[in-house]
Amino acid sequence: MPKDSGIGASSKRREDVRFLTGAGNYTDDINAHGQAHVYFLRSDIAHGRINSINTSAAEAMPGVVKVFTGKDFEGVGGMPCGWEVTDRHGAPMQEPPHPILAQGKVRHVGDPIAAVVADSLEQARDAAEAIEVDLDELPAVLDMKAAAQEGATLVHDDLKNNICYDWHLGEEDNDKINGIFANAAHVTTLDLVNNRLVANPMEPRVALAEYSRGTDEYTLYTTSQNPHVIRLLMCAFVLGLPEHKVRVVAPDVGGGFGTKIFHYAEEAFCTFAAKACNRPVKWTSSRSEAFMSDAQGRDHVSTIELALDADNNFIALRTNTYANLGAYLSTFSSSVPTWLHGTLMAGNYKTPVIQVNVKAMFTNTVPVDAYRGAGRPEATYQLERVIDKAARELGVDPIALRRQNFVTQFPYDTPVALTYDTGDYHGTMDKLEAAADIAGFAARRTESEAKGKLRGLGINCYIEACGIAPSNIVGMLGARAGLYDAATVRVNATGSISVMVGAHSHGQGHETAFPQVVADMIGIDESMVEIVHGDTSKIPFGMGTYGSRSLAVCGSAMVRATEKVIDKAKKIAAHLLEASEADIELKDGQFSVAGTDKSVAWGDVTLTAYVPHNFPLEVEPGLEETAFYDPANFTYPAGAYACEVEVDPETGKVSIEAFTAADDFGNIINPMIVDGQVHGGIGQGIGQALLENCAYDENGQLLSASFMDYAMPRADDVPFYGVDHSSQTPCTHNPLGVKGCGEAGAIGSPPAVVNAVLDALNSGGKAIDHIDMPVSPSRVWTAMNS
Amino acid sequence: MYNFEFEKPSTIADAVAALGAEDAQALGGGQTLIPTLKQRLASPSALVSLSGIAEMIGVCVEDDGSVAIGGATPHAVVAREAASSYPALAALAGQIGDPAVRNRGTIGGSVANNDPAACYPAGVLGSGATIVTNTREIAADDFFEGMFSTALEEGEIITQVRFPVPQAACYEKFLQPASRFALVGVYVARFADGVRVAVTGASEDGVFRWSEAEAALSKEFRADALMDLKINPMNMIGDLHGSKEYRAHLVSVMTKRAVSACL
Repeated sequence: MPKDSGIGASSKRREDVRFLTGAGNYTDDINAHGQAHVYFLRSDIAHGRINSINTSAAEAMPGVVKVFTGKDFEGVGGMPCGWEVTDRHGAPMQEPPHPILAQGKVRHVGDPIAAVVADSLEQARDAAEAIEVDLDELPAVLDMKAAAQEGATLVHDDLKNNICYDWHLGEEDNDKINGIFANAAHVTTLDLVNNRLVANPMEPRVALAEYSRGTDEYTLYTTSQNPHVIRLLMCAFVLGLPEHKVRVVAPDVGGGFGTKIFHYAEEAFCTFAAKACNRPVKWTSSRSEAFMSDAQGRDHVSTIELALDADNNFIALRTNTYANLGAYLSTFSSSVPTWLHGTLMAGNYKTPVIQVNVKAMFTNTVPVDAYRGAGRPEATYQLERVIDKAARELGVDPIALRRQNFVTQFPYDTPVALTYDTGDYHGTMDKLEAAADIAGFAARRTESEAKGKLRGLGINCYIEACGIAPSNIVGMLGARAGLYDAATVRVNATGSISVMVGAHSHGQGHETAFPQVVADMIGIDESMVEIVHGDTSKIPFGMGTYGSRSLAVCGSAMVRATEKVIDKAKKIAAHLLEASEADIELKDGQFSVAGTDKSVAWGDVTLTAYVPHNFPLEVEPGLEETAFYDPANFTYPAGAYACEVEVDPETGKVSIEAFTAADDFGNIINPMIVDGQVHGGIGQGIGQALLENCAYDENGQLLSASFMDYAMPRADDVPFYGVDHSSQTPCTHNPLGVKGCGEAGAIGSPPAVVNAVLDALNSGGKAIDHIDMPVSPSRVWTAMNS
Repeated sequence: MYNFEFEKPSTIADAVAALGAEDAQALGGGQTLIPTLKQRLASPSALVSLSGIAEMIGVCVEDDGSVAIGGATPHAVVAREAASSYPALAALAGQIGDPAVRNRGTIGGSVANNDPAACYPAGVLGSGATIVTNTREIAADDFFEGMFSTALEEGEIITQVRFPVPQAACYEKFLQPASRFALVGVYVARFADGVRVAVTGASEDGVFRWSEAEAALSKEFRADALMDLKINPMNMIGDLHGSKEYRAHLVSVMTKRAVSACL
């Protein structure tokens, strides 16, 4: 029987009332009295040297408050990178400055050169057109392999080359791994590209900063997944402001998908300019600006090799990847191709020897950083594509080949630095085979063929490392932050509860799911609990929402704080019931003395805490507790996905006929929300696999600079999904036994789709090994006809 | 966008007068012009909206059986009101863009803009329609002069497009995945005296008639008649969404499908 409230119930998303009725309060809905508007003059070339900038005509334009250029920020820090990667030789990564406004050079189309603050946006824009910029265009550095060559044009003149780092993980003995490959019964090799993506949240980025001359305090409203992180980075590294004088608010945020984790120049600019102009300063990104200034995702070029023995056991895996970082290091960009990617190369398999090599490259493109899945989709795509190719080459069933190599003993230490705590990959695959009716596929293929269509079945398994992260471990790996989280449970006198959480909710449903946990622990109605998030002045601290971490990390802090509240409430209840604290039990919102009919209600205890007339002397009045939680390990959601496609052989068009996901997320708080997260993730994965492609021309101009050319998935591009979350091996090290579900769909679906397309084409007699994403009609047709 | 004057006349004569001002620009449904203005890629002195001219809106069947559509008629109205008199054209109109586009965008605006990937030019040329302006009548064959280029003079307004109704017709569109304009769209119309085939989306010269296919289909109106016909990819558009060769191939496929759908 499904529960109707508390943990495990599909409670309706309470936040949707405001989101679906137009009552949300987004950053752009906020306006400050007397605010001015900023327009950024952005580079229209990919690479150039700035000889001079003349702003005098612009400054004289109507409504102009002030015109800023890089000169105004010479004494100010640049945008920091939050993760220092150490290269294969033990040297730190090359870390070039990332100025708020361009200093000396522009390095990508969209790089801000100057900013005009004016009474209205149109006036700011008019004035920006009057700024004269004298630029010498330089050759654009775009191709990563060419950029790595000696003598290549430098994106950053002060660096020794365009390689941020040359990194390595896993097997260090090249002779050993070469020997394994040389003597393997079979080796499968695959070259592939993980296409660059634009996150495109529905709400573009916005920043509004206010400065109070009277109190020397700043307030920044911004579209962020983690307001405390923004405050810390901006105060400590960019503007040099005391944190207690700066409040950062991230109100309703219309989707982030990673691209709103990072600290952006526009936020720091508005904060700086609010004081410099003594006026609130607002910036709202246009969609066109978003295409050239929001951090983009993926963009890896890889070669992967898999060695198998004569019994089809995986014996070694080696990958060589070029990872595009774009023109500058975005906040967490350096961690994505390394610790969020290389560590995942073992996948669900017990391959004993693995070597991962990554060259991270600077190019004259928009910075690249975490996008839903962040490194894990790139790892999964390589691994699951090469396994599929191996199965075809060997003539074995792709499910059987995967099953044969599954990790089955837990905990499992991978050769690439992780310890999987728990999982049941065979059990999850069993669920998939049943839910996707794999046995019935042959009949469905026959039906498709009767209509002149090629039908394919694609299988994919994935593992993620979520719930980022144990601070001591990530600290050793170069993280410049801890990755714990915090929650304060504030019980009001009448028994209702506000929970101040560090995780930010921008589509994840925290406002519904988090109260389910607290209400369940106490035994009260969910409607008595509300979470507060997104405001540094209200919440204790928060590292924010990304990496499928909110419930596993912040939720754990919330559980710990609730436990403390319950412990204290039991002391008060024991006093009221004149019983020993050890005998007090809490159930359904009633404190009772074990073995008696004596009880006192939750509300009576909470009222007593705030009206302490009859109160234990050794206990402080009030009922409010805070907990910080630092996880002991990552969590390891895993799953098996099946995609069925039909390919129109005349046009190359792929249509997804069925998509089934079997995931193991451990314990589940709200199954409906989890379904929705998986649906959204698969939708984005299908977008990457079939449609989305951020493309630059040979001069570094963005070809896909609007929705006219950048194809987002729409409702009719995706099927009705089958989702099965009944395979549940609870996480062993957090109090809720949860693993995280936000990124799974985006990680697990692209290889399933591409594997399905190739299965379809090969079934039609076309020996095609690979097609790079997006597997567009044009690319499929070209592959079929070349 | 830059500042401009805005006028919304209620007669064709007033619209023509308003368009006489220097750098004045006619505004149909604004589906291309408004985004262009927002990007600051155009700076007209005045926009003259044609959407308030009652005589330019609506669909009617003339005495000779042709279907006349007012130049300011939105696509959604054509989809609805031409459904019985010219179903293939109504179907084309019903597949343009999304509901918002179909309720704002107009036939006159689309035809005058002559976007190389727009749907209407294929329907107009494929039907052998007549473009009626405030000063003259122009045969479709003389109207489209290449990508974004037409026979219209400065300030000339499309007041009506008049379509002869074929015995059978069909528009087959293969969608560009991002914009959902036609990557290739083919309009096939079978008349008593022959077959017309108009292709949009494919050519660097904009909408064109595929005369070899017309000749073959006029002899024998079935998809197999096109079996050995290929179109030269040389003048096709090649871009992010498909090579010249792919577009040339799609022209054949979509033409065959349109023919089959007519039968």
